[in-house]
Amino acid sequence: MTETITYRDAMRAAIREALQKEPRAFLMVEDVGRYGGCYAVSKGLLDEFGPERIRDTPLSEAGFVGAGIGAALGGMRPIVEVMTVNFSMLCLDQILNTAATIRHMSGGQFSVPIVIRMATGAGRQLAAQHSHSLENWYAHIPGIRVVAPATVEDARGMLWSALQDPDPVLIFEHVMLYNMTGELGAGAGPVDIDRAVLRRPGRDVSLITYGGSLWKAMTAAQELAAAGIEAEIVDLRSLRPLDDATIMASVARTRRAVIVDEGWRTGSLAAEIATRIMEQCFWSLDAPIGRVCTAEVPIPYARHLEEAALPQVPAIVAAVRSVVGR
Amino acid sequence: MTKDQAAKVHLTRAHVRGLYKEMLRIRRFEEKCAELYTQEKIRGFLHLYIGEEAIAVGVMQALQPADAVVATYREHGHALARGIDMSRTMAEMYGKQDGCSRGHGGSMHIFDAATRFYGGNAIVGGGLPLAVGLALADKMLGRSQVTACFFGEGAVAEGEFHESMNLAALWQLPVLFVCENNLYAMGTALAISESETDINRKAESYRMPSTIVDGMDIVATENAARRAVEAIRQGGGPAFLECRTYRFRAHSMFDAQLYRAKAEVEAWKEKCPIEHLRKWALDAGSLHAEDVDSVEAEVASELAAAIAFADSSPWESVARLLDDVHTPRQQP
Ligand SMILES: Cc1ncc(C[n+]2csc(CCOP(=O)(O)OP(=O)(O)O)c2C)c(N)n1
Repeated sequence: MTETITYRDAMRAAIREALQKEPRAFLMVEDVGRYGGCYAVSKGLLDEFGPERIRDTPLSEAGFVGAGIGAALGGMRPIVEVMTVNFSMLCLDQILNTAATIRHMSGGQFSVPIVIRMATGAGRQLAAQHSHSLENWYAHIPGIRVVAPATVEDARGMLWSALQDPDPVLIFEHVMLYNMTGELGAGAGPVDIDRAVLRRPGRDVSLITYGGSLWKAMTAAQELAAAGIEAEIVDLRSLRPLDDATIMASVARTRRAVIVDEGWRTGSLAAEIATRIMEQCFWSLDAPIGRVCTAEVPIPYARHLEEAALPQVPAIVAAVRSVVGR
Repeated sequence: MTKDQAAKVHLTRAHVRGLYKEMLRIRRFEEKCAELYTQEKIRGFLHLYIGEEAIAVGVMQALQPADAVVATYREHGHALARGIDMSRTMAEMYGKQDGCSRGHGGSMHIFDAATRFYGGNAIVGGGLPLAVGLALADKMLGRSQVTACFFGEGAVAEGEFHESMNLAALWQLPVLFVCENNLYAMGTALAISESETDINRKAESYRMPSTIVDGMDIVATENAARRAVEAIRQGGGPAFLECRTYRFRAHSMFDAQLYRAKAEVEAWKEKCPIEHLRKWALDAGSLHAEDVDSVEAEVASELAAAIAFADSSPWESVARLLDDVHTPRQQP
């Protein structure tokens, strides 16, 4: 028995389950309650759980994220949302300088079991202050874990797994996924957030990606298959730590890799992964590693410019073809 | 509107007609934008200023061309009232090359160097430090210019608001802070976001002179702005206006407005600043019926021309995608 569900509804089901099963959990951000959530994820939850646990905050990102960190220290299990990763720059200090450091800085005395959810990514013509993919900045930081659900199962399952982690976990939800539908098994529940997974088997090239780019990579793989090129798709799921074992096993099989990442190319997650492949798999490679990233420009408003800035299916197909040599 | 207020601004027929026209330009422009949004000519986020026009128009009356303006993502009204060409503003809404930001910014990021219009900032509170810095430059360079900074009451909860207020007051910088208190930040009512809902008291706590203004009354707004700007220009340091107003439309085009009662919206619509001015001025004889008609006709033709301009403007070439990321270096 499976049910067809949107990513948004899967995420809401995950939050509902978390609040039902974990009495110390609560959700907070601006407009999470009365407005229904800026992406309608939390719609209806205020009526179900009340304003203590579905907590509308003022516009105070540094304040309420920091308060979430403090509440986690104090024994709660906060789920704090930041409307988009762009606005998380206002609370980056709290995440980096407090949440990520306090365990080590205190000699292991204090842990911060907080979950922070953020929307990320472009595609809705929201221009340069609403469209960036900065998850790699967070993946740079020791002391936190970063995950990116790309499917409805992962949207449904990652939150509970994240809540079990004694340390801060950041969940990045690509804005273009909320309306996506998928099949969810009747027993769908927590998922393993330690492992990357293969979303498609293939012998010719490893297409390594995550989040919103997964579906572009899947479309590219279909086109490539029509041309006789079989791409194996690795969905990273966890951006920190990276699951090197799954990545390297795939690359060792296919001997070629292309990484698709909506972050800007310079200093991207794709750069990190390419380096790791080079370090761990160099002698298995038959070709240089390819990358498809976002152009190095603040995301523009006009649709054709936004599209030109982002990784797109034709660019993925072209990158694979150049790596495969046909 | 009291007699006392009417005496302060010189309410000639020409001036009243001008105020009326400026507000109507914004109203008609935005009504059209909502339509164009459903036709998908305008995309992304669209935040309408309808209901709040008296603030932008009233405050702009007090500014000189050399003054600077910083606004938010709800800034079409400020852009038009500041004198940015309606055609170039509309082209920006479309994302076209002739838009004032070349289509790179869209509705939320209108910029115009000629009128010293520094955006169009979609990070709530993000414009305030910028305004402080613009004013710091003016002060350090010995220019007697003023920077007007517009923001919603929601921004008051951000640290950047408090840091900016303190810096401006501490360094006695020429900033006019204009808080557009429309009672809601998206779906969050003032009462559930502030422990002290009397916003103007926050300015007082920074020792900044502040005035509560009826933001639905353009003459009152113009008066308050003129007084404040005059004091700032004379070296009195920053000033604060809390303009009480209301957003008649949804926060953006994605808002079901679950958080407020229809009756409340309707009650505020009764205070429409445009109708308020028209009725008052017709009664007082400072606006004639033919003015009302001719203004409507002038605005209609300006708007039609703006739409035609935006429709026919080309798209920015994709080859220019990276061109404006850095300033071109001079060739040696
Ligand atoms: C730092 C930041 N946090 C959250 C948002 C999302 N957001 C956009 S507008 C808005 C409400 C702002 O309300 P207010 O400042 O009162 O201005 P108004 O929209 O009423 O004009 C919110 C929460 C944002 N753009 N920036």
